[in-house]
Amino acid sequence: MKSINVANISQAVAKLCMDANYFLGQDMIDALQGAYDQEISLTGKEIIQQIIDNAGIAKSEEVPMCQDTGFAVVFVELGQDVHIEGGSLEDAINEGVRRGYTDGYLRKSIVGHPLERVNTGDNTPAVVHLKLVPGDKLKIIVAPKGGGSENMSAIKMLKPAEGVEGVKQFVLDTVMAAGPNPCPPIVVGVGIGGTFEKAALLSKESLLRAVGTPNPRPEIAELEKELFDSINNLGVGPQGLGGRITALAVHVNIYPAHIASLPVAVNINCHASRHKEVIL
Amino acid sequence: MTKIKLTTPVTDAVLEKLRIGQKVLLNGVLYTGRDAAHKKLVELLDKGQELPVDLKGQIIYYVGPSPAKPGQIIGSAGPTTSGRMDLYAPKLIALGLKGMVGKGKRSPEVIKAIKQYKAVYFAAVGGAAALISKCIKKCEVVAYPELGPEAIHRLEVEDFPVIVVNDTLGGDLYEEGTKIYATR
Repeated sequence: MKSINVANISQAVAKLCMDANYFLGQDMIDALQGAYDQEISLTGKEIIQQIIDNAGIAKSEEVPMCQDTGFAVVFVELGQDVHIEGGSLEDAINEGVRRGYTDGYLRKSIVGHPLERVNTGDNTPAVVHLKLVPGDKLKIIVAPKGGGSENMSAIKMLKPAEGVEGVKQFVLDTVMAAGPNPCPPIVVGVGIGGTFEKAALLSKESLLRAVGTPNPRPEIAELEKELFDSINNLGVGPQGLGGRITALAVHVNIYPAHIASLPVAVNINCHASRHKEVIL
Repeated sequence: MTKIKLTTPVTDAVLEKLRIGQKVLLNGVLYTGRDAAHKKLVELLDKGQELPVDLKGQIIYYVGPSPAKPGQIIGSAGPTTSGRMDLYAPKLIALGLKGMVGKGKRSPEVIKAIKQYKAVYFAAVGGAAALISKCIKKCEVVAYPELGPEAIHRLEVEDFPVIVVNDTLGGDLYEEGTKIYATR
């Protein structure tokens, strides 16, 4: 049994909040460079260049790459041989978010009540997804999610008979309806199967993969490629102003489904596809 | 493509020459405003009261910046989704507001008002918030300080890069641009 003190968890989460907002992953930078080379719209090319330059400024000056520093979505994989000491895990995570968003000059975008809408002032609470896994490690991933792209995400309960064609159509319809709003080029996360809430979680988890890494299942990797090509044939382009590059990647995660159900969730991420992780 | 320099306040004559797809560098003053500030402005209008800022001939930038670090003029300051302001925008356009900067589609009502009253909607690059903040040379709160990042700020900008999306003729670059590159 390994013991981890909540103070260490808070400290780690605070740093992850800042790092995720300041430093775009190299996988995303590489994907944007590739997109720059492939884009044929001159305006589109210029936009992608501005996005790359923006990531450079954010990194060198340690400022947020986007003013919307997001809802702090925290994925935790807790080893079952870990003992958390000194307090509750969830409180420790929220303390980390509070500190990270305040000390890091990140925008506080969370309102404490969805209808009354008064800002909590410290970007808490986080949205925490906890998974219990074998071992004695604690893995924490912080994935700040901006409102602009999250608002364009969608879920649909298809009929099993609609099959893969129904899935493809729903993904394309969602991306087309989103148009310029989620700040393309986007990363498209798709969850297929499970239940209503499982599909949504699958779609968001798929965004944690290094961008463009295919699903290990060949038939799903094939579907990802097909969706990627179809999305980039829509013409939406960088910032929705027209072009070849609408998406940098499509990631699909699947899960077994009920005989009666075929849930599909599409979680869209903007070009500031941010996530940073640590293992304690 | 050459970029057109535009200085606020703007006139109808200048705006009428702009066409969708043109790149523009904004100079002078921009006022910030997002959902909460728009709601307050329109409530005042509905009560027949005066607004805390004179928007005639001016441009509003839809933004909620991140907090400024010590030594910074403003934090990261990219555009927010404009569609959330669609409900309020036609009233401000009718009042004399001449331009809006944001990202994402506008409603048919806003596009109609843009055409009728000769205004323009510009897109800034969504997410390019650290880059855009470099164009902001001065920043002060002029109304609703209680709204924090949503307060109305008066920004002085230099060569702030935007693209014309909706022009005075009713053109829409989001529609037209997508059509050009769609392959099915």
